[in-house]
Amino acid sequence: MTWYIVRRFLQMIPVFLGATLLVYFLVFSLPGDATAAICGDRGCTPAVVAGLREQYNLDEPFFIQYLLYLKGVLTFDLGTNFSGRPIATIIAEVFPTTAKLALMALVLEAVFGIVFGLVAGLRKGKLFDSSVLVLSLVVIAVPIFVLGFLMQFLIGVKLQWTNPTVSGDATFTELILPAVVLGLVSFAYVLRLTRTSIIENVNADYVRTATAKGLSRKRVVVVHVLRNSLIPVVTFLGADLGALMGGAIVTEGIFNVNGVGNTLYRAVLNGDGPMVVSIVTFLILIFVLANLLVDLLYAWLDPRIRYA
Amino acid sequence: MSHSTGMDDARGSTARAGANEAVPLLELRDLAITFATSNGDVEAVRNAHLTVMPGETVAIVGESGSGKSTTALAAIGLLPGNGRVSNGSIIFDGEDITRASQKRIVELRGSSIGMVPQDPMSNLNPVWKIGFQVRETLRANGLPSGTQDVAKVLAEAGLPDAESRANQYPHEFSGGMRQRALIAIGLSCRPRLLIADEPTSALDVTVQRQILDHLDTMTEQLGTAVLLITHDLGLAAERAHKVIVMYRGQVVEAGPALELLTNPRHPYTQKLVASAPSIASRRIASAKKARVVSGDELAPAVPRDAGKDTVIEVSDLTKVFKLRGSWGRSTDFTAVDDVSFSVQRGTTTAVVGESGSGKSTVAKMVLGLEDATSGSIRFDGVDITTLGRKDLFDFRRRVQPIFQDPYGSLDPMYNIYRTIEEPLRVHGIGDSKSREKKVRELLDQVALPSSMMQRFPNELSGGQRQRVAIARALALDPEVVICDEAVSALDVLVQAQILNLLADLQSELGLSYLFITHDLAVVRQIADHVAVMEKGRLVEQGTTDDVFDNPQTAYTKALLAAIPGAGLELPPEAA
Repeated sequence: MTWYIVRRFLQMIPVFLGATLLVYFLVFSLPGDATAAICGDRGCTPAVVAGLREQYNLDEPFFIQYLLYLKGVLTFDLGTNFSGRPIATIIAEVFPTTAKLALMALVLEAVFGIVFGLVAGLRKGKLFDSSVLVLSLVVIAVPIFVLGFLMQFLIGVKLQWTNPTVSGDATFTELILPAVVLGLVSFAYVLRLTRTSIIENVNADYVRTATAKGLSRKRVVVVHVLRNSLIPVVTFLGADLGALMGGAIVTEGIFNVNGVGNTLYRAVLNGDGPMVVSIVTFLILIFVLANLLVDLLYAWLDPRIRYA
Repeated sequence: MSHSTGMDDARGSTARAGANEAVPLLELRDLAITFATSNGDVEAVRNAHLTVMPGETVAIVGESGSGKSTTALAAIGLLPGNGRVSNGSIIFDGEDITRASQKRIVELRGSSIGMVPQDPMSNLNPVWKIGFQVRETLRANGLPSGTQDVAKVLAEAGLPDAESRANQYPHEFSGGMRQRALIAIGLSCRPRLLIADEPTSALDVTVQRQILDHLDTMTEQLGTAVLLITHDLGLAAERAHKVIVMYRGQVVEAGPALELLTNPRHPYTQKLVASAPSIASRRIASAKKARVVSGDELAPAVPRDAGKDTVIEVSDLTKVFKLRGSWGRSTDFTAVDDVSFSVQRGTTTAVVGESGSGKSTVAKMVLGLEDATSGSIRFDGVDITTLGRKDLFDFRRRVQPIFQDPYGSLDPMYNIYRTIEEPLRVHGIGDSKSREKKVRELLDQVALPSSMMQRFPNELSGGQRQRVAIARALALDPEVVICDEAVSALDVLVQAQILNLLADLQSELGLSYLFITHDLAVVRQIADHVAVMEKGRLVEQGTTDDVFDNPQTAYTKALLAAIPGAGLELPPEAA
């Protein structure tokens, strides 16, 4: 097991290098002068431009630029963005909000997805099952920004149950609605995945044996059907955690949440290369770690899996 | 239909072990079980009668689909969701439980009616420890469920080192140990009736014998009545006081075990008795003594001029697998250890052994599917372990396999024509017209109608699929066919048909067979030579008669003794 974890961490090195190189290449090989984005329409004096080029190593060959950047990352110095603020500070500022939002969405989609999926799976072909299936299909089919704006308008503007947008503090209650929207699509997937898995397991031989032992129906379902059915669901949820942490660009945009997604979006619009590269690198790390967590969780849920 | 007279026998028979009470423990009266399918209701069981007296062992015998398991499951309220009792009644200990409340059924399960299921691999929940699965049984039925109690229950079922074993997961147990755990669970709450659904059909013969012996001892001590479900008539006759034969959802015959074997009345029972491999092989042995008939009557003899030249010669064959350990270390596991044997042209050589003996690894190496670690395999004088790609391709034309599982070895997306024609196409033989002609011939050879060409594997029965697999193997006119447990998954009657087909094809085409099997009864029927393997080593080999009549090693003797029904004393003319 220890060996497995060590090996997984070693495997992260090439993933990290490959991904950062790719992102770096994409951002800095864009046509046009990077400094133009900072100086805006009016332009800077040649002296200022030269200073900027010096600061961001823009005069070095691409590969040297990349190595200098790596050196910064490894010494925990992400440098500053084009507005001159330290990038590490910005990430430290916005990440807690995104993490909070992502965790809330994850809990919502897991709890509701598994409960609805369980009931639907046990009542396969009945009314509840069919209606839940249709609803989940609608959720998957309709783009998330449509659902997001719709719910913002209905719940935030018309009914006024909550603020339509999130303030700078991003309190728990303010984040509920964005978390629901963020978790909605994954909720539908979790539901369907749980349902399929339950249907598969409920007819397993060991479930019949458990019933023959004289266990109550409730115990059979919870102890023998549910745990086995959760194995694929947990895989999905773990992978989704990585996606939620970084990919909330649309939802954060709709509800004006000052999180990682929104910051990344603005950085892309502003052509703020260092910022984009740093945030994406950060997200890659989170994604890889989340995947490692899933694999370890997997071994815990299914004792047959042994890592060596 | 003689089932009414059969029934009288069943009722009139007096059970042995302490069954003097007049009240039957379990009685099925006129039971009918219906399944709701998309094509309407299907009646799986009709007019089933049976009685089990307290302490008595009753066996239900029948082939797959005969309704034997369904009947037994109905008694414990475990019919699948779309099944229901549509007529008749189930009376347990004087109480009609046919329409009892769900609560009452849950009460009866475990504490009054226990179950030992068929497949030890799939009947324990893989994610919970063995001890947990025993403990919850005790707890659900209101018995003390401490660590000691759990260990005691497991130890009773013959599980060594029960206390530490209870902390292991099912995948850390062998098949035999899992079945012991399942028996422990089934008997843990001292039920008065135990339903044993093919409790050992997935196990090796020697393990099977141990488990059944232990089950017998335990149920005898506890005075538990047993409803044993099996497809093996020999096993039923050996273990049960009373045997009930089911065919297509109906009880066709019932009576005391020996009487039913020696004097079967219903035509189906007669057929079953005639082709049950365990009894049949016994018959060959007894017939030999009486010098009445020769064993060739079952499997037509190979021409006696065959066997003059060696087609496959395996010498000093060894296979070592590297098992991955922790921290990237690996340990060696010798699956096949210095094995030598040969196959004579036109004859059948059987390699016999239990699971883990390395017999299938030998088959894979002879097929060129697995590389040998050392030693040589000579096919017609050429060592195939040194062949290049091109030569190996040509070699494969001459040696073809038939595998165990007729469900898994046919591509479900290929129709029968395409399945059989594929090897011809791969090897670039003939044009589409001549290939179609060849496929028709092949289907004819394996006694399937050519109308079957457009069908898909899921529309075929197990026996039909195995015929297709045989046709596919014969498509390239091979010299050697390697049958890896080719009949093990089939019902006895179908098994007998396939064995006869293989024997016919052998004499017709001069094929040589390498027959890999765990089933000595089958070996008796088809093989000329036998090689017995144990833990990777070849412990004994010789002609079939020599090995069966005069086994040299203790292991072979144990294997022979473990054939169900081997201990039955049948007069030679009886079968």
